[in-house]
Amino acid sequence: MSTEMKMVIDGAEVSFKEGETVLEVARRQGSFVPTLCYDERLDPYGSCRLCVVEVEGRRLPASSCTLKAEAGMDIRTGSDHIRKMQSTLVEMVLSENPGDECPRCRDIGTCEVHELAEEFEVSRDRFLGAISNASKDDSNPFLLRDYDRCISCYRCVRICDEVEADHAITMTGRGWNKGIATAFDGGLMDSDCTLCGQCIYTCPTGALADKKMVNQGSKPGEIEITRSVCPYCGTGCSINLHSLDGKMIGVTPVLDGPVNEGALCVKGQFGFDFVNSEDRLTRPLIRKNGELTPVSWNEAFDYTAQKLLSVRDDHGPKAFYAIASGRAPGEGSYMLQKFTRAVMNSNQVDNCSRG
Amino acid sequence: MSNSIPEIEDADMMLCVGTNMTECHPIIAVRVKKAVRKGAKLYVVDPRKIPLTEYATGHLPLKLGSDVALFNAMAKVIIDEGLADMEYIEERTEGFEELKKHLEPFTAEYGEEISGVPAQLIRECAIAYASAGSAGIYYTLGITEHICGVSNVQSLCNLALITGNLGKRSAGVNPLRGQNNIQGAGDTGALPNNYPGFQSVDDPVCQEKFEKAWGVPMDPHKGITKIAALDHAVDGRIKAMWICGENTLVTDPDVKHTTKALESLDFLVVQDMFLTDTAKLADVVFPAAAFTEVDGFFTNSDRRVQRIRKAANPPGDAMPDWWIIAHVAKRMTNDVHFDYENSEQVFDELASLSPIYAGLSYDRIERGDLAWPVPEMDHPGTPILHEGEFLNGKGKLQLLNYVPPSENPDEEYPFYLTTGRRLPTYHSNTMTGRSGGFRILVPNEWLEIHPADAEKLGLEDGDWSKITSRRGEVITRVAITKTSPRGTVFMSFAFPEEVMTNIVTNPEVDPQTETPEFKVAAVSIVRVEAPTGLGASEALRANPDVEDPHLG
Repeated sequence: MSTEMKMVIDGAEVSFKEGETVLEVARRQGSFVPTLCYDERLDPYGSCRLCVVEVEGRRLPASSCTLKAEAGMDIRTGSDHIRKMQSTLVEMVLSENPGDECPRCRDIGTCEVHELAEEFEVSRDRFLGAISNASKDDSNPFLLRDYDRCISCYRCVRICDEVEADHAITMTGRGWNKGIATAFDGGLMDSDCTLCGQCIYTCPTGALADKKMVNQGSKPGEIEITRSVCPYCGTGCSINLHSLDGKMIGVTPVLDGPVNEGALCVKGQFGFDFVNSEDRLTRPLIRKNGELTPVSWNEAFDYTAQKLLSVRDDHGPKAFYAIASGRAPGEGSYMLQKFTRAVMNSNQVDNCSRG
Repeated sequence: MSNSIPEIEDADMMLCVGTNMTECHPIIAVRVKKAVRKGAKLYVVDPRKIPLTEYATGHLPLKLGSDVALFNAMAKVIIDEGLADMEYIEERTEGFEELKKHLEPFTAEYGEEISGVPAQLIRECAIAYASAGSAGIYYTLGITEHICGVSNVQSLCNLALITGNLGKRSAGVNPLRGQNNIQGAGDTGALPNNYPGFQSVDDPVCQEKFEKAWGVPMDPHKGITKIAALDHAVDGRIKAMWICGENTLVTDPDVKHTTKALESLDFLVVQDMFLTDTAKLADVVFPAAAFTEVDGFFTNSDRRVQRIRKAANPPGDAMPDWWIIAHVAKRMTNDVHFDYENSEQVFDELASLSPIYAGLSYDRIERGDLAWPVPEMDHPGTPILHEGEFLNGKGKLQLLNYVPPSENPDEEYPFYLTTGRRLPTYHSNTMTGRSGGFRILVPNEWLEIHPADAEKLGLEDGDWSKITSRRGEVITRVAITKTSPRGTVFMSFAFPEEVMTNIVTNPEVDPQTETPEFKVAAVSIVRVEAPTGLGASEALRANPDVEDPHLG
């Protein structure tokens, strides 16, 4: 058992557990510590320097994401000096970002860079820098890549490596020419990339975005988020369903999902919109004169009940058979077996696990 | 699974058998890859050089269906090398002396003769498995979809039992379920031999329990399996079927037989989200709501019961599955309770009747932290099964013999065909095929064939071929790849509208589970001219943005 220790953050005494970072303790305590290169699923990286804090007894501010909490530490997170440094850092990040409309902010919700710009009330005017004009790879169906907006936090590279264990993308070049690329700098479709899309959801800017989520006509704040479970294989990854006016528009991973811990694959991430398919069945159908014809629920229920009763009474309970789905929710399969056993009076029920 | 998914990361050794994990269970594969990074050994047993082999310490490319010969040989190596866990065997298993005697002829050399895996590699893998602190076995349908599926599983259980790898962390025998709620469907009693919670239908105590709960007499006899039911439909013993959310026509082996079975019925009800090929044969079609449109639960591979929630509105009159069935039931009986206001009431009834779910409620499955059995409301769940003792006392070691596949290559049908999924196409593609972008990733079906076989047949990449088995034929494009070994070809069944792969697959079944041998069929292959008017090519021509690597 880890022992509980105490430290001081912004004048308040707080407890922490061994192994926690100052950033984690400070955020739990409610202090505002901005970050850009931090993602709770990733190892601390310490490249953006935004999470700097003052440590009593040290001459220089330290990055709190890489600083392990120690008993007796006295930390200040919000002094004027720290805020000035952070504000300047945000301005410098902004200076390399294009001034045009960020599609991610417009359609999905404010990206982390622009959120911080609002927080610190700064813009890209003061250090107006050159834009890197990196390549725009648009050949895949899912990932919007616009590296003009890249701020070199490498969260995408690290997610690909640490969370998905794929290592399909890496950092290339040095200085102004640095960037994110696949092996041999080809397109994603020609690389080891599995298009799982997890780089999108860690990216703190509009450099990476979900092509399915942008241009849906949504406004930030209107999107509803509902926790659920992926409908594909038997892994059971936790997903957040994003819906707008009762319609599904996207999926994001649940960061603390017990099975996936914030990882998803290409199907779980992008394979949700079959539910919006034009060819969904919308009415009960009964075959009349050889054609499947739309009817009311009442007519469908009466007709089915009468047919099944006559099968049971004329041919016996074993003349009926029910097959439950291995994809639909369990309440449905429970009901189908109860129906078979308690209404049709047999055990003639199975599910699709045999093929 | 005997163990939970997160534990995989801390295994010392992983034996992955008949599981193309990076394509079929990518997020479980993440755990395997992470374990490898931490220093674990990984051995992949699969006829094909699947992507997981890139991470493996060793790849055992066994001949299709030779699993029992291979794992018996491994068990013998373990015993001969003195690596068996005698304390565990003594305390927790029975039949070890019989097993030891039974395994005498199963030398590594015999294993090599039957499976084609070099004896030295069999020894290496066996020693790595038995010497590891915790070794986990992970398998999928590559083990079960054989006429000897049960023996295959038991041969893996023998390995776990003689090394003490059942009932401890990061070990176990772990089938990865292929669909989101296939575990849940079985848990809820959608099985011909079990009530909810795997309570036996031929046990009078269980019968009485359900008679009391539902207020009507229970049939004391087991039902038949779905596979047998299709036969009974053909011979007229079954007159009516209700199929929920399964595209039986496309996903069962031997499509001609399945079509005949469904067409023989007097009355077919299909409940689905789409007018599938199966639904097109129905007399009544019920429109089902999608998983995003209902409240409910899915139970995953590691027995984790998880809540799903309504986030969107169903189209038109589509309704939740349970609601539809309950309404038909209410019109057929007044004796049984079918008045439910919501899905939670259904779940609570299930939990009240199923000891393994007894400690669960919608509140308790909020985050998906609990794996069954959860017998009481304050029970923390059971991520690891068989800790301390087995349910039925001692683990019985099984004496197993190798049985060859029901079909093997001969002059007329000289190739093995095996089937499976590809990463971006799920099952019969009813979901991925309707989700934007996936058709760009995989626009059509193709036959994977080894370069040496292709050369012999005069096939080039992108050519068209006709694949014929004793049941029928299909035409598809060809991709030349070393993923499949010489003599074995691979197809998925994701494009039924163009290439109905299950026309050629093998309907022979395991006698105990009646699971068909999807993984082995003998086929012949010939080059044919490109057919005209195929759906995929039309789609590709209509959409020039879609690049097809196999058009040549």
